[in-house]
Amino acid sequence: MSGEAIKAIDTNVLWGGGRSPFSVSYGKMMMWFFLISDALTFGGLLASLGFMRHKFADTWPVSEEIFFHFPFTHAHLPLMYVALMTFILIVSSVTMVLAVEAGHRMDKKNVILWLSLTVVGGIFFLASQAWEWSSYIAGPDGLISTWADNATLAQNPYPAANGGPGAVHYTQFFFFVTGFHGTHVFSGVVLNFIILLGVINGKYEKTGHYEMVEKVGLYWHFIDLVWVFVFTFYYLL
Amino acid sequence: MEAQVTEKEILTTQHEEHHHHDEPFLTKYLFSQDHKMIGKQFLITGTFMAFVGMIMSLLFRVQLAWPGEGFAVLNFFLGDKWAPEGVLDPNMYLALVTIHGTIMVFFLLTAGLSGTFANLLIPLQIGARDMASGLLNMLSYWFFFVSSAIMLFSLYVESGPAAAGWTVYPPLSALPQAVPGSGLGMTLWLVSMSLFIVSSLLGGLNYIVTIINLRTKGMKMTRLPLSIWALFVTAILGVLSFPVLFAAALLLIFDRTFGTSFYLSDIYIAGEALDATGGSPLLFQHLFWFLGHPEVYIILLPALGITSEVIATNSRKPIFGYRAMVGSILAIGFLSFIVWGHHMFITGMNPFVGAVFTFTTLLIAIPSAVKAFNYITTLWKGNIRFTPAMMFAIAMVSTFITGGLTGIILADAALDINLHDTYFVVAHFHIVMGLSAVLAMFAGVYHWFPKLFGTLLNKRLGYIHFWLTFLSAYGVFFPQHFQGLAGVPRRYYSYTEYPMFADFADLSVFITIAAIIGGIAQVIFAYNFIYSAFRGQKSPQNPWGSNTLEWTTPIEHIHGNWPGELPTVHRWAYDYSKPGKDQDFVPQTVPLEEGEIDGESGH
Repeated sequence: MSGEAIKAIDTNVLWGGGRSPFSVSYGKMMMWFFLISDALTFGGLLASLGFMRHKFADTWPVSEEIFFHFPFTHAHLPLMYVALMTFILIVSSVTMVLAVEAGHRMDKKNVILWLSLTVVGGIFFLASQAWEWSSYIAGPDGLISTWADNATLAQNPYPAANGGPGAVHYTQFFFFVTGFHGTHVFSGVVLNFIILLGVINGKYEKTGHYEMVEKVGLYWHFIDLVWVFVFTFYYLL
Repeated sequence: MEAQVTEKEILTTQHEEHHHHDEPFLTKYLFSQDHKMIGKQFLITGTFMAFVGMIMSLLFRVQLAWPGEGFAVLNFFLGDKWAPEGVLDPNMYLALVTIHGTIMVFFLLTAGLSGTFANLLIPLQIGARDMASGLLNMLSYWFFFVSSAIMLFSLYVESGPAAAGWTVYPPLSALPQAVPGSGLGMTLWLVSMSLFIVSSLLGGLNYIVTIINLRTKGMKMTRLPLSIWALFVTAILGVLSFPVLFAAALLLIFDRTFGTSFYLSDIYIAGEALDATGGSPLLFQHLFWFLGHPEVYIILLPALGITSEVIATNSRKPIFGYRAMVGSILAIGFLSFIVWGHHMFITGMNPFVGAVFTFTTLLIAIPSAVKAFNYITTLWKGNIRFTPAMMFAIAMVSTFITGGLTGIILADAALDINLHDTYFVVAHFHIVMGLSAVLAMFAGVYHWFPKLFGTLLNKRLGYIHFWLTFLSAYGVFFPQHFQGLAGVPRRYYSYTEYPMFADFADLSVFITIAAIIGGIAQVIFAYNFIYSAFRGQKSPQNPWGSNTLEWTTPIEHIHGNWPGELPTVHRWAYDYSKPGKDQDFVPQTVPLEEGEIDGESGH
C-alpha cells in the first residue's frame, strides 16, 4: 500500500512505537518473512544441485539433448517447451499484478477476471509439468519402451555429453527440484482458487480491502521467481 | 483511503477488548490463543521433555562409569530387550545419546527456551495486547506438542529410536541395515523434526512481526529491553536456518525411502554392494551445519538476553554498554551463518577453506567477549541482590566464559584436528551452550515465575537447587576436558578395550556421581515449581523493583494484558539507581523530568 510510503515520515515517528514502521499489516509482513524462509529451503536444494553438478561435471547430461520434444509435434525444438512453460508462468505473474491492482481500486469484476486467468496459467504450468515428467520418464516419443529402463529416482537412462553413462543425480535432481517447485505451484493454485471463491462471494468487498489477494500474490510471484532460478540452474547451465 | 485500511488492519490486531470472562477449559487451557498461556504450555512441555532427556543421560552415564555391570534401574527403564540383566545394550546406548541430544538441543533449549520466554515476554515487555496472530501462535505450540509426542513414541518402536547421533549423519542414518535405530525410529525422528520445523517457523514469524509492528507508543527499538533484542535476532536466525535443515531432511527422507543417492556413495554392507552410487555424505554435513551453527545461537541468544535483564535488575545498575550489547547480538547473529565449516575441519577440507572458517569463528569471540565484559562491568560496584535468579545468571556468565575459552581452542583448525570427536568437544559445547542456556533458563524461570503463576518460587529451595546444579554441572563437564585432551573419543559404548584410557575409569565414576547429584537437584526444582505454582507465596506486582513493562500489568492474567489504555513508554529499560531519584528504579512508563536525559548518557 503506497498511501503512506510516499509521504516522508520522520524515522523517530516511524520506529517510535504505536504504529507499524513499514505501514503494513502483520499478515503481509509475515508473508514476506515466510518467503525469505522458503527461499532458503530452495537455496539449500539449488546449492545441493550445484554441489553434485560440480562433482559430476564430466558425466552430467546435456539438457538440450534431452528436453527437445514439443507436444503434438515431432519437431526437434531444444528447450522450447520448457521456455514456453516459463513464459506462461511469468505471464500469470503479470495477470496477478493486474488482479492486485484491480483490488486496490475495489474493482471486483476485474479482480475476478485477472485472478481467474492466474489460476488458469498455474493449471497450464502444472499440466505441462505432468506432460514433461511423463515424457522424461518414458523418453521422447516413448523411446524408452521397457519399464525397467525408465527414468526413476534411482536410475538415469540419459547419457553424458561424451556418450558414456550419465550421472544418476541428473535424474534425481530433476524429479526432486521440479517436483518440490511443482508442489509449491500446486499449493499456490489452490490458494489462488480459494481466494478467488472469496472474491466471487464478495467476502473482501465486505472487509473493505483486497489484501488477501495481495498476500497470495506475493506467494505467487515468489514461485515464479524461484522457477526462473530452477530454469537457469537446471535446464540452461 | 489505502492508508486508512492499513491503520485499521493494524488496530484490529491490538484488539481493545480486555474484560475478564470465564472461558471454558478447552479454550482457556488447551487451545488457548493467549500468549501467556502458550508460554506456560511451552515451559511445561519443554521441562517434561528435559526430564526425559536428563534421565537418558543418567542411564548412559551409568554404563560409562561401570561398563558392562548390571543395574536394576537400567532394567526398570529399558526392559529385558534393551538392558538384559540390567546391562545396557550397545544399540540402546547409541539411541540414548542420540535422543538425549535431540531433546536437549531442540525440544528444551530451542522450543522450551524461546517458546516460553518469547511468548511470555514479547507482548508484555513491548506493551502489546497479544502476539500478532494468536491463531498461528497456538498452532506453533500444537505442532511442537505433536512433534514431542512422536519423538517420545519413537522410544517404543521395536527396532529402537534413532541412533545415529543428534546430527543424524548419513550413511549411518540412511541405511536401516547399518544400525537398528536407522529403521522406523529414524523415520519417526525425521517426521518429528519436520513438524518441529513448522512449529519453529510459525512461532518465529510471529515473534519477528510482533516486535516490529506492535511496540507501544514510545517503545523505540533503542528502548527495547535486551531480552527482546535477543529474542528478535533469535527468531530471525530460526526463520533463516531451519528451512535449510528442512531441505537436508527432505533429501535424507528420499535417500531412505525412494532409492535416491544424494548422500549415499558406493557402500558395502556385510560384503554386499548397495545400489546407491555417487552421493556425498559431505553434502549433508554442509546443509546440516548451515542450520546447526546458527542453532547454537538460537539457543544461546535468548539465554544472554535473559541474563542481561536479571543482572541489571539485581545489580540495581543500568546494563553496561546497552548499544554495544545490541551490536554484539547482531554481530553474533550475522557471524553465526559463516562459520559452519568449523564443524567439518577433519572432512578433508582444503586447508585454505579451513583457515577462512578459523578466522570467521575467531571473530565471534569479539562480540562474545563484549557481552561477558559488559556483564562483569554491570556487576562491578553494583548493589547486588543475590536472588536465586541472580545466582543462576552469574553462574551463566561463568560458564559462558569457561566454555567460550575452549571454543577459541576448538576454532583453530590445527588444534581441532587433534581434539575433534573427543570429550573435549563434549565438555566445550555442554558448558558453553547447554549449561549456559539451562542456567539462564532457570534464571528466567525464577525471575519471571511471578508473571507466569502469580507466586514466588521458594527461595531456600532455590538456593539448594542452585548450588547442587552449579557444582554438579562443573563436576560433570570440567573433568571431561582432561579426558578429551588425552584423546578419549566421544560416543563410545565402552573404553575397557583400550588400556590407554584405563587411567580415566575413576574419573568416569566421578562424573557419573556428579551427574546423579545434578539429576536429584532437578527433582527439588520440580517440587518447588509445582508446589509454588499452586501454594506458593503470593507475589507483589513488582517483586524485584524492575523497570520493564511486564511488571506494570495486574498480577492476575487478563486478556489484553493491561486494563484500559496501553502504557506509554518514556525512557529506556535500565534506569536503575539513577542520580536524583527517590527510588533506585524508574519504570519505563514514568515520563522524563524536565532536563532529564534518556538512555545511557543520563547516568
